[in-house]
Amino acid sequence: MSTFPETPKDGFRLSQLIYDTRYRSLTIQVVAMILLVLFLSWLVSNTVQNLSDLGKDFYFGFLSQPAGYDINQRLIEYSSESSHGRAALVGILNTILVAFLGCVLATILGIFAGVLRLSKNWLVSRLIAVYVEGFRNVPLLLWIIAIFAIMSEAMPQPRAFREGGGASMLLGDSVAVTNRGVYIPKPVWGDNSAILVGVFILSVIGIFIFRNYARKRQEATGDILPVFWISAALFFIPSVLAYYILGRPVTLDYPELGGFNFKGGLHLRNSLIALWLALSLYTGAFIAEIVRAGILSVSKGQTEAAYALGLRPGRTMNLVILPQALRVIIPPLISQFLNLTKNSSLAIAVGYMDVRATLGGITVNQTGRELEGILLLGLFYLVLSLVISGGMNIYNNSVKLKER
Amino acid sequence: MSDTHAQTVAYVRETMLEQKEPPITETGAIKWLRENLFSGAVNIILTVVSIFVIVWGLGHILPWFLNSIWDAGSLTECREIRNELYGSDASSACFAVISARWHQLLFGFYPQELYWRPVLAFVLLLSALAPVLFNSLPRKLLTWSMLAPFVMYFLLWGGTIWGPLMVLAGFVLGTVAFRFGEQVNAIIAVLAAILVPVLFWLFLAGPIAGALSNLMPIGITNVESKDMGGFMLATIIGVSGITLSLPLGIILALGRQSDMFLINKMSVAFIETIRGVPLIVWLFTASLLLNYFLPRGTNFDLMLRVIIMVTLFASAYIAEVVRGGLAALPKGQYEAADALGLDYWKSMRLIVLPQALKISIPGIVNTFIGLFKDTTLVVFIGLLDPIGLSNTIRATTEWNGIYWELFVFIGLMFFIFCFSMGRYSLFLEKKLQRGHR
Repeated sequence: MSTFPETPKDGFRLSQLIYDTRYRSLTIQVVAMILLVLFLSWLVSNTVQNLSDLGKDFYFGFLSQPAGYDINQRLIEYSSESSHGRAALVGILNTILVAFLGCVLATILGIFAGVLRLSKNWLVSRLIAVYVEGFRNVPLLLWIIAIFAIMSEAMPQPRAFREGGGASMLLGDSVAVTNRGVYIPKPVWGDNSAILVGVFILSVIGIFIFRNYARKRQEATGDILPVFWISAALFFIPSVLAYYILGRPVTLDYPELGGFNFKGGLHLRNSLIALWLALSLYTGAFIAEIVRAGILSVSKGQTEAAYALGLRPGRTMNLVILPQALRVIIPPLISQFLNLTKNSSLAIAVGYMDVRATLGGITVNQTGRELEGILLLGLFYLVLSLVISGGMNIYNNSVKLKER
Repeated sequence: MSDTHAQTVAYVRETMLEQKEPPITETGAIKWLRENLFSGAVNIILTVVSIFVIVWGLGHILPWFLNSIWDAGSLTECREIRNELYGSDASSACFAVISARWHQLLFGFYPQELYWRPVLAFVLLLSALAPVLFNSLPRKLLTWSMLAPFVMYFLLWGGTIWGPLMVLAGFVLGTVAFRFGEQVNAIIAVLAAILVPVLFWLFLAGPIAGALSNLMPIGITNVESKDMGGFMLATIIGVSGITLSLPLGIILALGRQSDMFLINKMSVAFIETIRGVPLIVWLFTASLLLNYFLPRGTNFDLMLRVIIMVTLFASAYIAEVVRGGLAALPKGQYEAADALGLDYWKSMRLIVLPQALKISIPGIVNTFIGLFKDTTLVVFIGLLDPIGLSNTIRATTEWNGIYWELFVFIGLMFFIFCFSMGRYSLFLEKKLQRGHR
């Protein structure tokens, strides 16, 4: 009969805190916690001390004081009498605007470039390689400044658009690219336009419902409906019909040359254009690599198996390759969107009035509240990042491989 | 049988035919063209479009580049030379700005007569990197790699030699303390290795350095941080950030993988906070807010603050990359390490990390490339990186209004650095490939 060594019964010894693996992790955590609390309280006490020495307080009331500065691009009503809080909101909306536009364009560019880089056409794949490597290996800041310089130095002046000036408007006299910015037609919302928008939203909802139905039907019966054509029809026909039935409630206000500058239309400033294009081209190069890696990650056997089953190339792409490639593409794509959003803070280089320029720039300089301003700025970016990654993770979970 | 066969068949060829040349469309350049550029309708369209793009692009860039002027004192002089040589309509690059100001773009306002110091430091950097990057070199050279940072610091900033020597002495003391402590037990060894150098630096290093420099004032001309700029600044920030963020990132990744609740949550909070906020906001924090957080009167170098911030920033990203590598490792590896009876640190050092880091090399190098590119952001808090210097140069009367030549030069320099880092990562991946994946 074998005997087991008796477990020591003489209670708890202090050295067990270090040598006994049961207690050691507890010791480490307690020590780490104490150190962290000490460090944080050291920081806070320093801050309190410094603030009181400077005669400042920690107070967010400045947000409701009048801002007193102007913002040249605003999506909501704002004047220099509005409050600092309102200015911050204008900046936030501007950040979200450029981030959204950038994400959309970057995705389109990235998918095109990624697919074309895999093209068998030697010339095209090399050309795309030059684009991708060129943008990936040069700082974004340089691209933003360079595109801003192209816009403001190399584009024609508005007066060149006069008779015989050498410059002409694009797309049937509706878009003017000048060194003061890009002028595009501006929609004018007349009566009944709310109904039109309602019809449009309803038809988009209809498309989602239809696609869902088509997918369920396909999974149940194997029949495939012409999803693309029906969606396209749903997208256009109701809105176009409503547009004419309601008597063209939405009209376009075209930019026109008056005096030394364009009047009317929507003025997209150089700062927005430069930031938008640079962010999209830069992030597009990264997305291209992600898309390429995603497509390459689907093994060739999958394509061959789909062909062996008799699927046509289009169906093979839609039903076999893309669902698998998307699983590889989505997670890094999320982080690229996050990067783009954070990189939009480089707006400072071209004077685009984003949240860093209003809340973290002029407001901080005018009120002298660096601590509060930068804190709010950081919090805003943190929340925005968490929201984007949260939203994209929901989508990621819906395309993820369902395991057991 | 064969005879009858010969008689029944009218004609049998008895000699081999000469080998024919393959059809012209199936060889050489024509085959290549047919297969790669003109294999179908879509491909032909793509080829034509890309030829158009290339011709259009080169048509704009080539004349500009070929007509470039390298020797002139100012932009107006450049334009006069151009008008004389090519006519006033010709496009012509004025690279004279580079030949006149290249030293500023590379070194900032570093004293001209001392340029040999950063150049020597750069050569030393390469020599110190070589054994780290290529392990075919003798391992003993790594000792030099560990010493090189102090030599480089001394060369770049100058001043008394005793400062960097005292820092080095602190590390030596720490190692000695660890060796002695090891004989007692591991925990005392670690504590001693941390406490002895810190106490030495806090209380002894200053007086000893002062006394020694009074006794033997060995030193070279001191250069302030504010005089450094250009690619020198980018390289200093980039290289320090890279070297310091890797170990910190690995520790954070291990913390995030840890079973200990508090350690795990602390790492997660740190990583997510850093990653959720743009670097530019962190840099503003470093330049505006650090004065609030530190005791009154503490005021240290802006460049050092930037290096600390950039290091913390990059380490959070590296932590995520390394975490990916740790997660990709089969669970059997962890269990095998446990089964061998290795403790946590040994199993990490000998079994888990070598494999996990190998998987994460591309991500790590990408982070480094990103860090190096992000060094340009320091222009916003008043340091003179290459882009900041290009603004300074443009503000002078001679070069007012010059854009593209500076952008091309700066872009090319960054491209060379970042592209070669990317190639090195490919080389490393290939070398470390064991073929079992």
